[in-house]
Amino acid sequence: MHDRIDAILSSYGRDRANLIPILQSVQAELGYLSEEAMLRIADYLGVPESQVYGVASFYAQFRFTPTGRNRIMVCRGTACHVRGAPRILDEIQQVLNIREGETTSDMEYTLETVACIGCCALSPCMMINREVYAKLTPTKVREVFSKGGQEQ
Amino acid sequence: MTFEGLQRRARDEWQALSESAVPLIQVGTATCGRSAGASAVVDALREALQREATPALIMEVGCIGLCFAEPLVTIRKPGRPAVCYGHVNPERATQLVSEYLLRDNPLADWALGTVGEGRIEGIPELFETPVLRPQVRRILRNCGFIDPTNILHYVARGGYTGLVRALGMARGQIIDEIRRAGLRGRGGAGFPTWRKWQFCLEAPGEPKYVVCNADEGDPGAFMNRSLLESDPHSVLEGLLIDGYTVGAREGYIYCRAEYPLALERLHNALAQMREQGLVGENILGSGFSFDIHIKEGAGAFVCGEETALLASIEGRRGMPRPRPPFPATSGLWGKPTVINNVETLASVSLILQKGAEWFAEYGSEKSKGTKTFALVGKVKRAGLIEVPLGITLRDIVYGIGGGILGDKRFKAVQTGGPSGGCLPEALLDSPVDYESLTTAGSIMGSGGMVVMDEDTCMVDVARYFLDFTQKESCGECVPCRLGTKQMMDILTDITEGKGREGDVELLQEVALAVKKGSLCGLGQTAPNPVLTTIRYFRDEYEAHEQGRCPSKVCKALIRYRIVADKCKGCQICLRACPVGAISGERRQVHTIDVGKCIRCGVCLEVCPARFGAVECVTGQ
Repeated sequence: MHDRIDAILSSYGRDRANLIPILQSVQAELGYLSEEAMLRIADYLGVPESQVYGVASFYAQFRFTPTGRNRIMVCRGTACHVRGAPRILDEIQQVLNIREGETTSDMEYTLETVACIGCCALSPCMMINREVYAKLTPTKVREVFSKGGQEQ
Repeated sequence: MTFEGLQRRARDEWQALSESAVPLIQVGTATCGRSAGASAVVDALREALQREATPALIMEVGCIGLCFAEPLVTIRKPGRPAVCYGHVNPERATQLVSEYLLRDNPLADWALGTVGEGRIEGIPELFETPVLRPQVRRILRNCGFIDPTNILHYVARGGYTGLVRALGMARGQIIDEIRRAGLRGRGGAGFPTWRKWQFCLEAPGEPKYVVCNADEGDPGAFMNRSLLESDPHSVLEGLLIDGYTVGAREGYIYCRAEYPLALERLHNALAQMREQGLVGENILGSGFSFDIHIKEGAGAFVCGEETALLASIEGRRGMPRPRPPFPATSGLWGKPTVINNVETLASVSLILQKGAEWFAEYGSEKSKGTKTFALVGKVKRAGLIEVPLGITLRDIVYGIGGGILGDKRFKAVQTGGPSGGCLPEALLDSPVDYESLTTAGSIMGSGGMVVMDEDTCMVDVARYFLDFTQKESCGECVPCRLGTKQMMDILTDITEGKGREGDVELLQEVALAVKKGSLCGLGQTAPNPVLTTIRYFRDEYEAHEQGRCPSKVCKALIRYRIVADKCKGCQICLRACPVGAISGERRQVHTIDVGKCIRCGVCLEVCPARFGAVECVTGQ
């Protein structure tokens, strides 16, 4: 893991302004921000460890635990909300037997909500990894997960 | 290469495309198109073309804004107007190739309209259809018509002539041009753009910075995403003009990480600008040097606030600070900084290309120009629209939007996202401009426009927005951090039927404190959705206090039941119920166990329409 983090660090200058881009790159590489990774980043930038954690925990994008192989992001935008997003989230929680923010025990899925995917005209919607699933109903949700969530 | 050389190349390429001897097929593959299945359509088209061994050019374009009809495919055969088709799936795509390309049957039933000179029988002109006729496409002129990954297309349509013109002008002249155009910030607050620039130009301190705010965080809004995905250079040109005018050498674009395609398009566009000498040292030989950095947001709504955004670029927690000093005098790293919204910058490019008078042709006295909106929610034709400021809400919702889905009753239109408010039917004839919307208790905002119908509970909507702002509150100042939490708790009680007398008054009192006491725009405007729903839909609050949710949304106040004389005992609902709350033998009337029922509504959804045996009730 050291090598992977160091490889990322060496591609950035030791500049405080690079803190967020570094955190993003490290998370993209490891899937989450480990304590060890944050300590190395703090050391590299010469920024107190508390501040690295302070920044990382401020932004919704950063995670401190490993995620499942597939990341589900349910849109909780306004258009989705008025067209039934809460029921979509309920249904997914029911089907996968996890709550928002949790990962299934087989590490297959992590369930998150996002402020808005920006596909409001196709609401309600969710993203699984980079794929958007539009105009969902509770029934459609079940179909998606019975197929393994990889194709529509 | 000189700019004239670039223009020549661009014109040649564009002309070759418009006079192409083979049919040109354009597929809208912005995020909205992709989520509706546009990528599968592209694959199907390629396969069909190969199978039929017929030559045609496939070009991926951005979004025309007709999101309700995605995926969209436009086919132009030589010597004909282009035909735009809606709701194209892979099967239809294959048929378009075999019927229209090979047999010359334009399949008029699937066509939305034609674009360009000439007519095709049975197909209207696209820009004369009800959804587009009231619109004025200026900011969005290129969206869906050019290849957003090709700088030559942008240049061929007049792109970067605004920059060239600006480079030949004095800074004061440019600011004056923007002033005469009457451009006001499109991020929502409506501050005159020229003033911001003037303050920054006059502020002491070097270097200066310009920042494009592409942290479009309002839920229900996607104007900026669509523009960046469909025509990124129009924004980048504006940023260059901005930088030149205030004397900056560096610019930043702060874009949400939730918009991966917009980011990809920006990186691609920037690389092309570099190749063409439109960014970097001594741009177009003018002596003006300028570089652009793209910064990815990390998922914090408050970073749309300008001082929080700057903190985030500096690598800190995105927390706002008190103003003054304003960023124009002390911004990024304490230096004079101008922060402009994506659409503001795209407007700047247009003003410099076409002139202030041209820009101000449309709009009302104090709100000039056109504005893009994301028209979504319970409306028939949802999409990205561009209208002259001053148009009425009715013209937007009923004219462009085609009215309410399922012809239900209109209840409210929400503008301005979590900072805005819900406007009732009585205000449908108000003009859409900065002042009128503020008077009504809402704001223009960045352009989200969510339509709500009789099935939308206004108390639930108020709670929804408060839930959002409360979670996104950065926690720095007390009124916002604790006030939104208190309001949220009261609203939750009301939606759960635990409301007490005096709750509405208490909400109003706390709302006022949050509005007056908060440090930044997030807190100052967070109470707006609550205050406007109380102002215009107080009866709904009262109904909740009496244990009824008139729109049948709030779970604690509704029940599902099966109407005995309509139930055929088909067991569809029984099998669909996720918690086994429904019982009943085949061909016998079913019943729902209220204790087990989680009110997910699946039974209502699956009960065949011809039976309609499941109903939702509220109250005693």
